[in-house]
Amino acid sequence: LKAVILIGGPQKGTRFRPLSFEVPKPLFPVAGVPMVQHHIEACAKVPGLKEILLMGFYQPNEALSRFLVSAQQEFKIPIRYLQEYAALGTGGGIYHFRDQILSGGAEAFFVLNADVCSEFPLQEMLEFRQQHGDVHSFVILGTTANRTQALNYGCIVANADTQEVQHYVEKPSTFVSEIINCGIYLFTPAIFQHIGEVFQRNQQELALEESSNGWQRAEVIRLEQDVFTALAGSGKLYVYKTDGFWSQIKSAGSAIYASRLYLNQYSKSHPERLAQNKPGGPVIRGNVYIHPTASVDSTAVLGPNVSIGEGVTVGAGVRVRESIVLHGASLHDHTCVLNTIVGWDSTIGRWARVEGTPSDPNPNDPYAKIDSETLFRDGRLTPSITILGCSVTIPAEVVILNSIVLPHKELSRSYKNQIIL
Amino acid sequence: AGPLALARDLLAEDGEPFFVLNSDVICEFPFAALARFHRQHGGEGSLVVTRVEEPAKYGVVVCEADTGRICRFVEKPRVFVSNKINAGLYIFSPGILQRIQLRPTSIEKEIFPAMAQDGQLYAMELQGFWMDIGQPKDFLTGMCMYLQALRAQHPEKLHSGPGVVGNVLVDPSAKIGANCVIGPNVTIGAGVVVEDGVRIKRCTVLEGARIRSHSWLESCIVGWSCSVGQWVRMENVTVLGEDVIVNDELYLNGANVLPHKSIAESVPEPRIIM
Repeated sequence: LKAVILIGGPQKGTRFRPLSFEVPKPLFPVAGVPMVQHHIEACAKVPGLKEILLMGFYQPNEALSRFLVSAQQEFKIPIRYLQEYAALGTGGGIYHFRDQILSGGAEAFFVLNADVCSEFPLQEMLEFRQQHGDVHSFVILGTTANRTQALNYGCIVANADTQEVQHYVEKPSTFVSEIINCGIYLFTPAIFQHIGEVFQRNQQELALEESSNGWQRAEVIRLEQDVFTALAGSGKLYVYKTDGFWSQIKSAGSAIYASRLYLNQYSKSHPERLAQNKPGGPVIRGNVYIHPTASVDSTAVLGPNVSIGEGVTVGAGVRVRESIVLHGASLHDHTCVLNTIVGWDSTIGRWARVEGTPSDPNPNDPYAKIDSETLFRDGRLTPSITILGCSVTIPAEVVILNSIVLPHKELSRSYKNQIIL
Repeated sequence: AGPLALARDLLAEDGEPFFVLNSDVICEFPFAALARFHRQHGGEGSLVVTRVEEPAKYGVVVCEADTGRICRFVEKPRVFVSNKINAGLYIFSPGILQRIQLRPTSIEKEIFPAMAQDGQLYAMELQGFWMDIGQPKDFLTGMCMYLQALRAQHPEKLHSGPGVVGNVLVDPSAKIGANCVIGPNVTIGAGVVVEDGVRIKRCTVLEGARIRSHSWLESCIVGWSCSVGQWVRMENVTVLGEDVIVNDELYLNGANVLPHKSIAESVPEPRIIM
C-alpha cells in the first residue's frame, strides 16, 4: 500500500501568489506545519502503508529537500520526490511513474492532491472498498456541496445503494449533483490500464493532426476529465462520501480558512500544538498555534485562528486574529493584525493596522465551500485577505486594508484595496 | 439680529456699547482693543475683520484703509471682492437697536449694508488666529490654532511629560495610562480615561470619555461619555456624539456617529451612522 501526493509545480498555484514566490505552495504552512505535512501525517497513520511519493514538476530546491529529510525522520516512512519532466496533468504523472508506484508489489495506492485540507479518512476508504466494491475497485472521496458551488468542482452521481459512480463531470455549467470530488483517491494497479487507453487515444489524435502544436502532449492526462468520466457507469468506480471537514486551498484566503479547520482538529489529534493560557504568557482566545521559538509579549492577545511561525516577535499590546504570521516576522507594539497573512521576515510598525476581509463560506450553510473569488470585480479589487509578501516593511501608525503587497516592498503610507507592486 | 430687539431693554439700559459674538468662532477675542477702536470713531457699530484665503465662504468687507470705515458689505460674493471677511465679533452702540425689528433678521444681509451706506460701520483688523468652527473638520483646525497661541502666551497651561508630543491640553482630572503617545494638538477633557498604549493625534476628547488600550486616533472628536474599545483605529474627522460605544478592533474612517449609538462594525469609508 502506497500513497502518491500530487504537488504540482511553479506554473500551477498562481492564485497563491505572492506567497508562492518564496516557497512552493505545498510547503506553505497551514496551522503551523507545511500544507503537505498534514497529508503525510495521515498517510503515516495507515497501517501497512509502506511508502509516500511526492510527485510534481518543481525543480529540486532546498526547501523541498530539507522538508523531505525532516519528514522522513519524523514519520519514519520512506518519502521520495518524483519530478515530472513537464506538467503532465493529474493522471499523466502517475502514469509516467507507474513502475515506481507499483514497485515492491503494491496492491493499492492512494492519490492525494496537495492543495486540499481534509480529515483524510484513508482507513475508512479502505474499509469501504472491502464492503462495497472488490479488490479491483477504485474509490473517490466525495463530500457534499451546495447546489450553486458544486458547479465549481467535479460532480459525482452515485447509485444510492451501491455507491457506484454512474456519472462524473468536471465543473459542469448546469447542476448535476451536490456530491463533489475531494481530490483524494484509492486506486489499484488496474487504473494504469485505463490511463494507458487515454494515452493511446491522445497519441492517435495527435498523429492525425498534422501541425504539431508544441503545447499539446499525449502524456498530459487529466484523471478527472479523461479517466473518471469514462469510468463512470462501468462498475469499477465508487464514491466514499464523507462529512468530515474538507476544503480546497487555492488562494491565500483559503489558507486561513484551512488553518482554522486543522487547528480545530488539533484539539483531538495534536493538543500539544495548541497554545494555552498561562500566567506570564499572552492571552489566547480559541485555537492558536505558536512556534516554540517565537517570542510573544505577555500583553498580546492572540486568536482565534492564529498561527505564529518560527522566530516571530510579537510586541506589547498586539492583537492578532484570523491570521497567519510567517517565520521571522516582527509585529511591533500595539499593532492590530486581522484576516492577514504576514510574510516571512516582514515588519509591522507600531500602532499599524493591517486588515483583510475574510472570504469564508456562509456559516449557516453546512455544505458551503470557500469561494474562489476573482481578483477583480466591476473594475475594483475584491475585498479579500491582506497579504504581505516576504520582507515587507509597514511603517508605524498606518492602515493597510484589503491589499496585497509584493515582496521586499517598504511602504511609506496607508493603502486600501490596492495591489502594491 | 432679531434677538437683539428682544433684549432691547436690557441692552439699552445703561447707554453703553455692547458686544455681539457669533458663538461658532474662535480667536483671541481682542475685546479691549475693539472697545477702544469703537469709541474712537464714534460710529454706530464696529466689526472685526480677518484675512482669509477663501473669502467667498463668508461675508466680505470692503473698507477705507486709513479710517476703517466700511464702504460695502457683500455676503458670500461670487466674484473676488476682498480677502477680508467678517469675523463674527461686533460691538454696537445702543442706537443700532432702532434699526432692528422684532422679526427674524439677518444682521449681515439686512442691517450691515444699510449701516455701511450711512457710513456708520467700521472694521478693525484682527491680529492672530481666527477660525469658523462650525464644521468638525474646521473645529479641529481651530483647535490646533488655539493650542498654538496658547503655547506662545501661556505655555505653562499645556501638558508635558513622557509620551507628550507638541501642544496638548489635559484636564487635571483626566487619567492617561502607560506607554501612551499623546499629541500633537490634542485636548483631553475632565474625567477622561486614556488606557495604556494609546496614540492620539489632532483630536478633541470630551468629558467623561474612555479610550481603551492600544487604540489609535487621529483627527477625531470623541463625544462626552463615549467608550472607544481596544485596538480601535479612528481617523479622518470621525465624530462620535454623546455616549457612543465603539467595539474593540474596529476601523472608523470619517464616521459621523449620532449619540447613544453602538458601533459593532468597521466603517471603512466616510459616512453618517444614525
